[in-house]
Amino acid sequence: MLIVKELNKNFGYFQAVNNVSFEIRGGEIVSIIGTNGAGKTTLVNLISGYIKPDSGSIRFSDQDITYLSPYKRVQMGVSRSFQLIQLFEKATVLDNVRIALFSKYGMIRKAFLPADRYSSIAREAVAILDNFHLLDKKDQTPKALSEGDMKVLDVAIAFALKSKLLLLDEPTSGVATYDKFQVMDSIVSVIRKEGISSLIIEHDMDIVSGYSDRVIVMHEGQILAEGKPDEIMANKDVKAAVFGILS
Amino acid sequence: MELKRMLGNPRWVAYGIILLVLLFVPYLLPTFDLMLFEYGLTFGIVGLGFNLLLGYTGLLSFGHGAYFAAGAYAVAMMGKYLPQAFAMELLIPAALLFSLLVSIIFGFLCVRHTKIFFSILALSLSMLLFALIFKLYHLTGGSDGLRVPIPTILGMSFKGVRRPLFLTGTYYYFLLAMFTLSFLIMRGIVSSPFGKALQAIRDNEIRAELIGIRVRRYRLYAFCISGMYAGLGGALWSFVNGHVTADLSHWVFSGEIVYMTLLGGFGMLEGPVIGAMIFTYLKLYAMGNTEYWMFVIGATLIILVLLLPSGVSGAAAALWTKMRKGRKTEGVSC
Amino acid sequence: MWVIYTLNGLYFAALLFLTSLGLNIILGVMGILNLAHGSFYAIGAFMGAWTIIQIVTKAPAPLLYVSLLSGFLLAGIVGWIMEKTLIRAMYKRTLEYQLLLTFGALLLLEDLIKMVWGGQALYASAPFDRLGKVEIMGSVYPAYFLLVIAITLCVGFLIWLFMGKTRLGIMLRAISLDREMATGLGLDISRLSTLAFVLGSGLAGLAGALVIPTTPALLGIGMEPLIFAFIVVVVGGLGSLKGALVGALLVGLTRSFGIAIFPEIELPLLFLIAGIILVAKPQGLFGR
Repeated sequence: MLIVKELNKNFGYFQAVNNVSFEIRGGEIVSIIGTNGAGKTTLVNLISGYIKPDSGSIRFSDQDITYLSPYKRVQMGVSRSFQLIQLFEKATVLDNVRIALFSKYGMIRKAFLPADRYSSIAREAVAILDNFHLLDKKDQTPKALSEGDMKVLDVAIAFALKSKLLLLDEPTSGVATYDKFQVMDSIVSVIRKEGISSLIIEHDMDIVSGYSDRVIVMHEGQILAEGKPDEIMANKDVKAAVFGILS
Repeated sequence: MELKRMLGNPRWVAYGIILLVLLFVPYLLPTFDLMLFEYGLTFGIVGLGFNLLLGYTGLLSFGHGAYFAAGAYAVAMMGKYLPQAFAMELLIPAALLFSLLVSIIFGFLCVRHTKIFFSILALSLSMLLFALIFKLYHLTGGSDGLRVPIPTILGMSFKGVRRPLFLTGTYYYFLLAMFTLSFLIMRGIVSSPFGKALQAIRDNEIRAELIGIRVRRYRLYAFCISGMYAGLGGALWSFVNGHVTADLSHWVFSGEIVYMTLLGGFGMLEGPVIGAMIFTYLKLYAMGNTEYWMFVIGATLIILVLLLPSGVSGAAAALWTKMRKGRKTEGVSC
Repeated sequence: MWVIYTLNGLYFAALLFLTSLGLNIILGVMGILNLAHGSFYAIGAFMGAWTIIQIVTKAPAPLLYVSLLSGFLLAGIVGWIMEKTLIRAMYKRTLEYQLLLTFGALLLLEDLIKMVWGGQALYASAPFDRLGKVEIMGSVYPAYFLLVIAITLCVGFLIWLFMGKTRLGIMLRAISLDREMATGLGLDISRLSTLAFVLGSGLAGLAGALVIPTTPALLGIGMEPLIFAFIVVVVGGLGSLKGALVGALLVGLTRSFGIAIFPEIELPLLFLIAGIILVAKPQGLFGR
């Protein structure tokens, strides 16, 4: 599904991503862990098209997307959520999802009928919100939501794009500890149900081991280790490098 | 079914009543005031389009006079070079086409940037047009400007009719029809998926791009639509004014358009229309009473921004919400 | 002839540089685009003209030139007042409101100028006449223009020293580079912003005063310089001092040669060049 090969990115003298290669197969949930500055967010930015690499390649569904613009990647089925929540603050929860659907179905050119008339879109948005347990809040604006709900909404928007690959950048950051598992439950259940592949950046090893098929450990821009969650937990090098974030 | 829904909705009922009243305005107002009202209506059209760009897409242009001028000069120049074709049915499309052309060119340059850069560019480009109109005086009449004769409308000729009579009669209804049409179209646009996409761009450009919305392209669409509205307003204005000058493209004139939109409030569709009406009278009042009318306008603008940032319509809406809340609690506490 | 065109270009560029530098300092440090910047130019022009008219018959020659500084001073003072009143109110607001407030200020100031100095043109050509002409490379050229270029070079150098070497200047640059970090470093943003605004407005006033001996002070005199300053900022890059210099030179020389060759082409040519630069470098030549 996703093949990343020898990816490199530096900002001036700082090598953010250094010769990174890995694969994600269809239906897999892969987590990336590592300390701050290890290059995880840069990696996601590269895969989602927000920045372009200095060298290396990214292939998605057998196509080279290395230098493709973000919106083209979205059309191909790669979407992402954000570490700092990026929502449409002035629109309702329902609208946040609806606009993603309109975009997905290529309907945003339609300028003459009211958006409300497209009832199939509304129904689909409602179904998505239901899946993510946000339906009761559909008419509120993001301001009124809890941190956890905002995060879930962010993921719901990415999900509405019918992606085959979902990039989640710290989906539980900023969420109260007792809510974290609930948020992950909502998100992962939908992902599993639809068979979507997912790349999750996380700090919290508990979360990671509970939900991932595989774990990749990044340190100072490079991949330190890769394997099943329990293998990684037992790995001495990993413990040394990311000491302090393992709970 | 459509009509029933509309009749049930208080907003549409209000629109209907207003439209009814507007039909009788020529009988209610003396000539001079009616002409003033017509100026207000033309600016209302400009404001509708401008609000699409500012309120819904989040771009502030201090150069919309350029598209207003494009429409106005399209009309005036047809009067000069193609007098035999001076029919409303040709003039309006010509104005729309010309203002569309100018907005595509200028817009393409501007939408690649945001915020300050965008504002400076939009402003500078309008001044470029201003300078061009000024300098090419053989074509455009330069600082003297051009006369705008009375056109034929749907074959009806107004030969020999004096302008005030034309304006208070047939032209008023034509203008009203254009205004209503523009309003309905804009209403449709802002509540459509396209309108939602624009708002998404305004709220969060990055997210919009990552949802698959091509931000630059949609900004350009919004820019061009608002440019055409300005051009239409300019063309309709030119008939009322009878005369067009290069000032229409000057950035200070564009500033007045921004002022109107702010005055009325750019959160609501109706805002700029209200603002246009109020500003037309405000400006006239100021000009009539003091030679320092710019001071008055400037001072009121500053006070407005500081005290009433969501404009008249915003303040009215807030008041309305407060009153409704008050009534609700009153009903409960028995 | 080329000598004259070049010198004219440098003269335009000098005035432009002062004005755009002022605009850029305010933009860089405060992030505010002051639409009323041209009014400070006008204030400088009127003040300079007025002062010269008052003292022209009584004062010795050198004083005439020093009196042009009065334009710089008054513009700075008015700038100080404006910053303390209006600009303060703008910090928390969005760009739209900032532009609208400065636009309102523009309208206010234009009429204030009218109120103070009346609507008539003020002529004060004595400093220009007194200097006569000099011979440069075979052409005869008014010495006053050379004086303006020299003054601008000095001012430019002083600002460069100020920004690069003095504590105050470095603090200003720090703020313009990264506002958040600057607050973290404990810099007094509000006092420094006032300084930036006063300095920026003063520079515009100086430019206005310097132009006076060559042209009468008229209502609306600040409009055209403002537009050119915008072009310079767009071409040179927002908030860049180097950009202001290069941009001013580019615009000044283009204008001078443009007018000489084919007067109609001046503005479109300028925009064409600006357009090309923008397409290649959307942030301007030295923009961030």
